[in-house]
Amino acid sequence: MKVPILKQGDFLIASIQGALTDTDLTSLQENLVSAVRKNRSKGVVVDVTVLDVMDSFAARTLRSISLMTRLMGANLVIVGIQPDVAFAMVQLGLKLEGTMTGLDLESGIAMLKAADQKQERGHNER
Amino acid sequence: MNDKYITIISDASVMAARQKGRELAMAVGIAGSDLTLLATAISEIARNIVQYAGQGQIEFHYVIRGSKRGLMVIARDNGPGIADIRQAMQDGFSTSRGMGLGLPGARRLMDDFDIVSEIGKGTTISMTKWEY
Repeated sequence: MKVPILKQGDFLIASIQGALTDTDLTSLQENLVSAVRKNRSKGVVVDVTVLDVMDSFAARTLRSISLMTRLMGANLVIVGIQPDVAFAMVQLGLKLEGTMTGLDLESGIAMLKAADQKQERGHNER
Repeated sequence: MNDKYITIISDASVMAARQKGRELAMAVGIAGSDLTLLATAISEIARNIVQYAGQGQIEFHYVIRGSKRGLMVIARDNGPGIADIRQAMQDGFSTSRGMGLGLPGARRLMDDFDIVSEIGKGTTISMTKWEY
């Protein structure tokens, strides 16, 4: 299932609509990275609310996307990890180290705005 | 009771296997987070089949122990086999580019877990989730 990528101001929102195969995840990675470049995006929210499984491949791919977008100057927040999914991830031993996570889309956007303002302030003080 | 199986040949069948497992587990009364744990474990071992053996199959059997019902998942392949099972069951050990969480992780996610492997012949993993 293809993941639609929506543009909202300086940010992109990738909202996962259903179960994803490894191929779907790999194309999400390619599409998001090129969308960040094309739109000169400052941040990305990946909404995983509908995912009922986050296995090691999914976690590794999301973590890679997060690292890639950061290298391109955009922050990434993963939102919507369900309680059962979080439980399974911990049991499995998965970590999303270095990746920002938020409760839902709203908090994800708020986190990106806060990170953006902090970076702006940093520039002005220099 | 009808036993079911899914042929594992691609990443699409990995997804089909975990969905089928979840569906069958619900039918025996497994609920809540146990369904997610089971589906995640199936995903890991099904991916191992695609990655290391190329193809194989995952069978689902309804099982009963005392008053408890459960779903037994058997993953079989005729792949290269695992040289050192003890090593393969350690967190972080991987012969590919993975994170090495598949087998030890699946064991933690399931209630019962058993693995038999022979070099050049293949690997069979049997794992069960019991109703709470």
